Parts: sequence; structure tokens; C-alpha cells
Amino acid sequence: MNDTLANTEKKTAYILTLPAVAIVFAIILFPIFANIWISFKEVELKDIRIPEPRAKKIVKSILEEPSKIKILYKLRNSSLLQEIRDVSFKDKFPKNFKIEELDPRCNFKNSTLKCKFGNWPAKYRENFNVVFETNDESEIDKKALKSTKPKLKGTSDNILLNTNFTLKNFKKVLFENEFLDLLLTTFYYTFFGTVGSIIFGILTAQMVNQKFYGRTFMRSVLLFPYVAPVVALAYTWELLLDPNSGTLNSLLLNYQIIETPINLLGQKYIELNILGFDFKLRLALTTVIMFEIWRYFPLAFLFILARLQAIPKELYEAADVDGASPFQKFFKITLPQITAVISILFMIRFIWNFNKFEDVFLLTGGASGTRTLPINVYQQGFAISDIGMGSAVSIVIVVLLLLFMFFYFKLLGKRVDEN
Amino acid sequence: MRTKNTIIFSFISAFFLILLISIWKILATLQGLNINSFNIEVLFIFGFLISLAHISVGNKIKNIYKSIIFSLIFVLFDGYLIQKLPLWYNIGVFLILYFFNSKINKYNYVFLKEEHSTQVILFDFLTLFGILFFSFVILFPFYMMLVTSFKTQIALLVNPLDFSINFSQDLKDLFKSYFVIFKSYKFGKYILTSTIVSVGTVIITLLFAIPAAYAVARLNFFGKTFLSTSILIIYMFPAIVLVIPLYTIFSQLGLRNSIEGLLIVYTATTLPVAIYMLQGYFKSIPKELEEAAILDKLSWFGIITKIIIPLSIPAISSVALYVFMIAWNEFLFSLMFLDNPNSFTLSRAIQYLSGDAETPRQYLMAGSVIVTLPVLFIFVYFEKYLVSGLTAGSVKG
Repeated sequence: MNDTLANTEKKTAYILTLPAVAIVFAIILFPIFANIWISFKEVELKDIRIPEPRAKKIVKSILEEPSKIKILYKLRNSSLLQEIRDVSFKDKFPKNFKIEELDPRCNFKNSTLKCKFGNWPAKYRENFNVVFETNDESEIDKKALKSTKPKLKGTSDNILLNTNFTLKNFKKVLFENEFLDLLLTTFYYTFFGTVGSIIFGILTAQMVNQKFYGRTFMRSVLLFPYVAPVVALAYTWELLLDPNSGTLNSLLLNYQIIETPINLLGQKYIELNILGFDFKLRLALTTVIMFEIWRYFPLAFLFILARLQAIPKELYEAADVDGASPFQKFFKITLPQITAVISILFMIRFIWNFNKFEDVFLLTGGASGTRTLPINVYQQGFAISDIGMGSAVSIVIVVLLLLFMFFYFKLLGKRVDEN
Repeated sequence: MRTKNTIIFSFISAFFLILLISIWKILATLQGLNINSFNIEVLFIFGFLISLAHISVGNKIKNIYKSIIFSLIFVLFDGYLIQKLPLWYNIGVFLILYFFNSKINKYNYVFLKEEHSTQVILFDFLTLFGILFFSFVILFPFYMMLVTSFKTQIALLVNPLDFSINFSQDLKDLFKSYFVIFKSYKFGKYILTSTIVSVGTVIITLLFAIPAAYAVARLNFFGKTFLSTSILIIYMFPAIVLVIPLYTIFSQLGLRNSIEGLLIVYTATTLPVAIYMLQGYFKSIPKELEEAAILDKLSWFGIITKIIIPLSIPAISSVALYVFMIAWNEFLFSLMFLDNPNSFTLSRAIQYLSGDAETPRQYLMAGSVIVTLPVLFIFVYFEKYLVSGLTAGSVKG
């Protein structure tokens, strides 16, 4: 009895989870394997369309012979690259139709025209004519004739399914793609974006955790950049930072802080002189990182605030009795309580920033030294239309992420052991 | 000790005053006033002196009178230094000064004598400073977005600093950008597509997620732990990695440029979050209710529809709002899968608009306002649900 109950429970569970698991498998897990497959192939964007045999049907009446009708099929192979084998053709006609002259490749039975056209090479084109006559001299309905579409079938190779593999893509990614520069840019973007958003998150959480008038309002305002659509925010920032008529540059010029406008999103380097040391700052990258921090510190803020509110009040009361200063309280009580949250946040944000595509794409399109790995996936796959290369870059991203997670957990595990 | 603390206090509060007045000056400049300098030195000296005076006057005069007197003195001097500014600017300055004075009212000699008093002051002012700074930095782009959408191309180019809106003009002229994007750029259609896609995603996701979450939360089956851990791992997985294979597969299946294609992808990407959030809530529902239902011979379908769903309406609605927001804001997949303007979503349409360098920026901003408003409205209105959900599940972004 118990056994059958457990069995039905199992069955129910599988039925309940199956739809969700199936769709996630199809859209998330399967593409990951497909990516590995594609990354070992030389595939371009134009190769991925499956070649199809196509026919355009044109109905022409013949002068002075109203009972006859001519039908012209414009046949072609849709692909410019691949042949189609064993093309078959089928079209239906009204019952009272009689065919004149039958092409040797075709037969006409039960009002159906069937043809076997054999193999069509790439770019193949043919004009195929048939003439029909009605048995009963009745008028021919041209519209009805046009509305029935011929059916064509053929087999062709799908370039994605053959088994020619090559390592060329990975060689190109690692040696011909300024890989080190790409990696470094991605690292700067990810690391500083993550650290910056966490620092601002701590500051704001500490701020909102105190009592002041309008606190709940402040909490929702702080989350605005996180919940608003990227597209709107990115274009607003672009307008704000525009060198010619942007608000920021105009303000700075107005207050005589700068003399010439700065192209914050379009300039790769800016020379700075601080305390007599000259150094070059990657300007566009810094701006993009600023946007990143601005948009994602709210997540850190929320997590840290939730943790701060959970710290028992007694700890602070005890510290007050001992005469601890606000800074001591922050460093000795608050900070140790939020390290766990911060380490989780660091991992989550690091992974997500590492894969961030939209923000950089919308702000700079990857120009002026902001080309990160995800941008490169897009550029390789869709701008240069080399699907194989794009896939290879995304595989590199996955491998790097797995490496990061491995070392991060190892490091974290060690620290937990020490405590 | 006391003098040192007093000087430090005056120093900090002077900086706070500089920030307050500078933000006010920036806002005033954006209304078309011609202010060319922050006068930081003057502000600093004033702030410093006012703070010192506050401490030395102490309780001899009532706080309200003290604040009003100091504010008036400042306004008179400030108005004398930067002349020809309209009255509203000076009233603003007066109110800011009054606010500043009432903030520093609570500090006095007794307080300054205490241990750590400078640190407490620093903390207090940093909080105030932070609130102002962050509100300004966050709200400013939104403010700019809204204002720009009401301006004309010429006005924007002539004086990019003039943010003032001319309300005396016709409503038709004021909302011209909005009329244009609806008429010539078919934004009505894009709103419809975005709504269909987002609402559709919510419905399908909930349809799939509720049973799955129930199974994970309640039933025992082989592979349960594997399933619940893989939900989290999949949730972390980068979308950019899926783009190329999905693009090729969708091209071959003819799913590009279709709402169905987007629905499938959005559902798959939001399912893990939805299941994760829901199963956490389902676990908190007392088991006894279901046991009673099993005795009544209810099937699992009955249990879910008659017990679980009515009891977890708050959690379900918070998941629904989330999924809606993710689908509405989504950009990467709509960029990849849609290239026919007839099937664009709002985000994609705005990006397409900006691709044409000729598009006036006020149209772009009007589009941005349209795409942003529903999300912000939902967020502010349902904030309570959403914030608790955010910390539990944390939306992907």
C-alpha cells in the first residue's frame, strides 16, 4: 500500500515538473551543447539557411482560346551555395482539367500533377510551363487556380549537421583576436563594476538603515536604475554625456571646470596629471563602468540592507555601553556581519557583469576600448557573420567562468575552514 | 578638545552647505538662469561662520528665530554677491538655509564635549550628504529623460542647459514628440507587441512554474535535489552564450521575427527564478491542509488549484510582476531575433530608432519615457511585494 503511494507520488512529481524541465532543457541546456558543436565548425551566417526548392506560380490565359490556360512555374533553388537532391513536385487542379503535352519528368493522374526534377545545383533556375484544357468548355476560375500552391520537396545537407570539425576557430580566438586586450578589458569592466557597486551598496544600505524622514521613498528611489529598462537608461546617459550638446559637458563648461568638452564615451584614453605623475586613464571604459555601477549598486544595496536589518540591536547597545565610537561599531560589528552577503554578492555580480552585453553595446557598441568578450561574441557572430567564431568566443567565456567559480569556491572554502 | 570639536563640526557642516547650495544652483541653471560660478570659497566661509555662531549663541535665542535670522543674513549677502536673480531662486536659497540651520540645531557645546562627538557628527552629515547625493545622481537622468521629451530640436541645440518647459504653449505642441512617435513610428503597435509578449510570458511561466515548484517543495522523487540545485545553476547561466545556437536553430525553424519565438525564450529564462521563488513560499504553507485534502480524495490538480494557489496569491503575484518586468525590459534576445520592424518590441524599436542618426533626440526620449513609465509605476505601486521577492530570488540582470 505504502509502496504504491510512493510510486504515485513519484509519478505525479514527474508529470508536474516535466513541462518546465523540458522547456528549460530545450532552450538553455541544449543550446550550450549546440554551442560546443558549432564552435568546432566553419559556419557563416549565410550557411545556416536550409536550401529549399521554391516555385512561383503564374497563371496566364491564352488569347482566343478561353477554354485553355497556361501555367508558368518559376522554379529555383533558394540557396546560392548548396545543391538540393531528388526534388519532387506536386500540384492539384480542378476535376475538369485535361493536360496538353506532358513533360517527360511528370505524370498527371487524378487531377494531380506530379513531377520528379532530380538534383538542382546551387543557384538553379528553370521556367516550367504546363498548358491545360477544360473538358466541358466551362469558364476557368483563375483566382482559385492561383490560390492552390504547389508542394515541393527535396533533401539537402544541413551544414550544421555534418561531421567536419576544425580547431581553426579557437586558434583564431586565442591568437588573432587581440585576445589579451579583450580579456583585460573584460576583467577591468567586471572587477571594477562589481567592487564599485558593492561599495556603493554598503554606503547606501548603511544610510537607509538609519531613521530619517522619507526613508521608504528613498528606498524605492534607490532601486529605480535597477528596475528601469536598459535601453531607456543607456540612451539617456548617452544624451547626458554627449560632447556637443550634452547636459554634463555644458554644465562643466558653464561653471568653467573644463575648457573644452570631453567625449566621455568616444575617447579611448585621457591623460591625467596627478601629483606630478602622468598617467593614462581609459576614459570610455571608465564611463561604461560608472554606468554599470550606477545601474547595479541597488542590488547590492537591497541584499546588504536586508542583512543589516537582521543584525540584533543588542550588539550595538552593548557597544554603546562599552563606549565604542561609530567607526568602531561599523568596522567591528557591522562589517563582520555582512561579509557573507558581500562574498555571495561579489560572485553573483562578477558572473553577471562578466556576461553583460546590453549596457556596453548600447552605450558605445564596443568602440573606443570598451570591447568586452560578450561584445566580441556579437561582433564575430553577427557583424563579421562568422557564427563559428562567435560560438568559440562564447565557449571561452563559459570556460573562464567555470574557472572563476572553481577558484572562488576553493578560496571561500579555505576561509570558512580557517574560521 | 572643545574648540577642536567645534572647528571640525563647523568644517563638516560648511561642506554640507556647499553641497546643498551647489545642487540648487545646478537645478537653477537648468531652468535657464545664468549662474557661472559656485562661489565655493564664499559658501565655505559663510557655512563655517554660521555653524560657529550657532554653537556660540547656544540656547540664548529660540531655535526658530535663530534659523530665520541666519538664513535671512545669508540670503541677503548671497543675493548681493550674485545679483539679478529672480525671487524664486532666493526663496529656494532661504528654504535650504532654513533646512540647514534646523539640521545643525541639535548640536551644542554639551554635545561637542562628549566622547566621539566628531565621529557622530561626521556620520550624521555623511548620511544627509549621501541621501542628497544619491537622490540627485539617480533622479537626474530620469528628470532629463522626461524634460527632453517635451522640448523641440532647436531649443535643445540652442541651449542644452535650458530644461524649463514652456507650459503656456498648446498641449498639442507640448506633446508633439509623443504624437509623432505614435503616428509615424508605429509605437502603438510596439506597445501592443511588448504587452502581449510580457503578459504571455507571465501566464506561460506561471502555468509551468506552479506545478513544478509544488513538486519540488512537497513531493519526494528521485532527482529532486539535483533539480533544485540545477535551478540555481541555470539561473546564473549567461544569456550571451545561448544567443548564437538559438539564433541558428530559430532561423532554421522559422521562429525568428515571431512572438512565439520570444515567448519560448523568455519563458525558459524566467522559469528558474519563478520556480525558485515559488517553492520557497510553498514550503511555508502548513502541510496539514493538504493532508486533509488527500483524505477528501482530492487529486494533485485539486490540491494545487483549491489549496496552494489561493493561499499563495501574494507570492504568485510578486513572481508575476517580476516576470513581467524582466520580459518587458528584455533587450538582448529581442535584438537578436527581431529584424523586421513589424514584430519589434518597445526596447528593440527604440534601439532601431537610435540607429538612424537623423532621429531627433526628443523622439528617442519620448520612447524611453513610454517604455520606462509602466515599469516604474508597477514598481512603486507594488513595491512591498517586489522588494521581498527581490531579496529572495534576486532578478537576473
